[in-house]
Amino acid sequence: MLDRPPIKRMDEPIDEIRAAVRTVDLHKTYKGPGGEVPAVQGIDLSIAHGEFYGLLGPNGAGKSTTIGMLTSLVVPTSGRATVCGFDVAKHPVDVKRRIGMVSQGNTLDNELNAFENLEFRGRYFGLSARDARRRAGELMEMFNLTDRREGKPFEMSGGQAKRLMICRALVHHPEVLFLDEPTAGLDPQTRVNLWDVLRELQSGGQTILLTTHYMEEAEALCERVAVIDHGKVLASGTVDDLKASAGADTVITVSYDGPVPDGVAKLRDRGGVTKVEVTGTQVRVFAQAADGLLGELVAIGSSAGTGVTDASQLRPSLESAFLTLTGREYRE
Amino acid sequence: MTAVSTPASSPAPSPASAAPAVRPTLPRTFLAMMAREMRVMRKNFVATFARVLAQPVLFVFVFSYVLPKIGGAGAGTMSAASRGSGGTFSTVLVPGLVGSAIVMQAMMAVIFPLMMELNWQRSITDRALAPLSVPMLAVQKITAAGVQALIGGLLVFPCVLFVHASGQGPKIHVSNWATLVVVLVLGSLMSSAAGLWLGTLLDPQKVQMMFALVLLPMSMLGCVYYPWAAMGHIRWLQILVLVNPMVYVNEGLRAALTPQVGHMSAWAYLSVLVVGTVLLTWGAMRTFTRRVLQ
Ligand SMILES: Nc1ncnc2c1ncn2[C@@H]1O[C@H](COP(=O)(O)OP(=O)(O)OP(=O)(O)O)[C@@H](O)[C@H]1O
Ligand SMILES: [Mg+2]
Repeated sequence: MLDRPPIKRMDEPIDEIRAAVRTVDLHKTYKGPGGEVPAVQGIDLSIAHGEFYGLLGPNGAGKSTTIGMLTSLVVPTSGRATVCGFDVAKHPVDVKRRIGMVSQGNTLDNELNAFENLEFRGRYFGLSARDARRRAGELMEMFNLTDRREGKPFEMSGGQAKRLMICRALVHHPEVLFLDEPTAGLDPQTRVNLWDVLRELQSGGQTILLTTHYMEEAEALCERVAVIDHGKVLASGTVDDLKASAGADTVITVSYDGPVPDGVAKLRDRGGVTKVEVTGTQVRVFAQAADGLLGELVAIGSSAGTGVTDASQLRPSLESAFLTLTGREYRE
Repeated sequence: MTAVSTPASSPAPSPASAAPAVRPTLPRTFLAMMAREMRVMRKNFVATFARVLAQPVLFVFVFSYVLPKIGGAGAGTMSAASRGSGGTFSTVLVPGLVGSAIVMQAMMAVIFPLMMELNWQRSITDRALAPLSVPMLAVQKITAAGVQALIGGLLVFPCVLFVHASGQGPKIHVSNWATLVVVLVLGSLMSSAAGLWLGTLLDPQKVQMMFALVLLPMSMLGCVYYPWAAMGHIRWLQILVLVNPMVYVNEGLRAALTPQVGHMSAWAYLSVLVVGTVLLTWGAMRTFTRRVLQ
C-alpha cells in the first residue's frame, strides 16, 4: 500500500550531533545474586534521523538491554550512547524529552484508564490539560481505540494494549521512537496492520529503532538491520547487504521418486552453483544464480526416467545469512 | 488502526505530523504528576481513606463513648493516662490519633502503589520515561503521599473531636497555628519519605511483614494513647521509644492542639522532624533511583 522509501546507504559513521542514535563500545553487565550477566558486550550503532533501524536477535540477545540504555532506564556499565546528541548517562532528561518508547511488556499506568494514560503523558510533556485531551482523542481515533476510552489497561487485549502504548509513545511527537518487540504475541492480521502504521510513521519522517525476533519483520520494515546475539553485533547493514555479505544462496530442494539421477552431479560445473548435496532420493542445490535450475533438475530426472515428487526454492534471506554468519540455526 | 491503514479515504494527520508545541519544564511535569495523583485519589477516595479512618474512629467510639457510658474498668484505667493532664482521655487521644493516621496514611499511600509499580510489569517505566530525573520522581512520590497523609489527618480530626459521650469531650486549644501547620506538613513528608525508603529497601515479601512487625509496634508505642511525659514511670521505655519517629509527630501535635497536656519541648520534636524529613528524603531518593534504574 505504501511505497517503501529508497534504501539509504550510510556506510560511513554518522557523527554524534547529526545521528539520531549513536553508541560506542556500549557494555552492560547486570550484577545480581546469581552472579554477573554480560548482557551487552560492546555494541556500536549509528542511526540517522528519519531512518527505520532494526535490532534483530534471538531471546536473551541483549535487545531490551540496549533499548533500556538508550532510553536512560538501564545504566551502561561502560561505553557511550547518545540520542539526538545527548549522552544518555549524563543528560537523561534531555534524552527523555526527545524519545518515545514502547516497552516489551505492558507498562501502562494501571491506575488510569486508556484515555487518561494518553492525557497525562501529554501533560507530563508540557501540554496543557486541554491540548493533552485533544491529542489523546486524536491518537485514540487514529489507532481505532475510541471504544476502549474508559478501558482499564489490564482489561485490554494484547493488541489493544500495544496500540495504546504506541499512542502513549507518540503523544509528545518524539524525535526517536523505540519499539521493543512491538508485534510479539499479536495475531498475523494485527501484526500486518501495525506494520502499516509503522511504515506510515516513518514516511512522515519518524526515526524508528525496532527490535524483533522475526526475520521477516526486519526484512519487511527496516532499512538497516543489526543482527545481535550474546550482546554483540554479528553483522549490520541493509537487509540486502547482509544477505550479500553472508554469501547467502538460493537453495533448491528436489525429491525424486527414485534414486537421484547421476546427471545431477554435472550441475557442480554449472556457473553460479556453489554446492550440490545428494541424500538418497533428494538433492539440494545451493546457487548464487538460480534461474532455470529447477527446470534443469526436472529435465535431468525425466531423461533418466525418474519423476519429481516434490520441489522447493528458498530465496536468500536473513535466516540463511544468520546461519552463514553464526553457523547456528536462528532460534526465535 | 484501520484509520491509519486507509489514509487515502481519511485526511487524518499522520501520527508524526502536527507541530510539536511541547515544552516540558520541571515544574510543569511535576505538577502534571501531582494532578495524576489527585485524579487517582479522587477515583479511589473512599477506599483510600476508609482504611485509615476506621481504626481511630472505632477507637474513640469505644474509649470516649462506650467505656465512659458503661463506666467499666477500662475507663478507670484510661483515665490514669490522662491524670494530671487536666483533661479527659479523649484530649490525649486527639493529637495521637491524628498523628498516627498521618503516619499510616503516608506509609500506605507510598508503599502500596510502589509494590505494583516496581514489581508487577514494572509500570514505573511509565513515570520514569517522563522528562524528569528519577530522584525528582522520588521527591514527587513523597510529596504526593504527603498530601494524601495530610488529607487523612484532617479527615480523622473531626471524627476524634466529635465522637464522645457527654462530658468526655476533648479540650482542644490551638495556641500556635504555625507549630500546627509545620508539624502537620513535616510529619506528613517525613512519614512518606520513610515509606518510600522502606518500600524501596525491602523486597515485596518483606513489606507484608513490615506492616505487622514495624508499623503496629510503632503505633502502639508511638505515644498515641498517652503523652510521652507520662512514660516517666517507665524510664527505659520512655528512652527506647525515642527511636520511633511517630513519637515526634504526636508530641508536636500535642504541643499545638492540647498545650495544657505535658508534651515534649519544641526544639526536640521540630529538630527531629526537620532532620528526619531531610535525611529520609535523601535516603529514599537514592534507594528509589537504585530500584528504578537497572
Ligand atoms: N534486570 C536484569 N537483571 C539481570 N539480568 C538481566 C536483567 N535483564 C536482562 N538480563 C539478562 O540479560 C540478558 C539480555 O537480556 P535482554 O532482555 O536484553 O534480551 P532480549 O534480547 O531483549 O531478549 P528477549 O528477546 O527475550 O526479549 C539475558 O541473559 C537476561 O537474562
Ligand atoms: Mg527483550
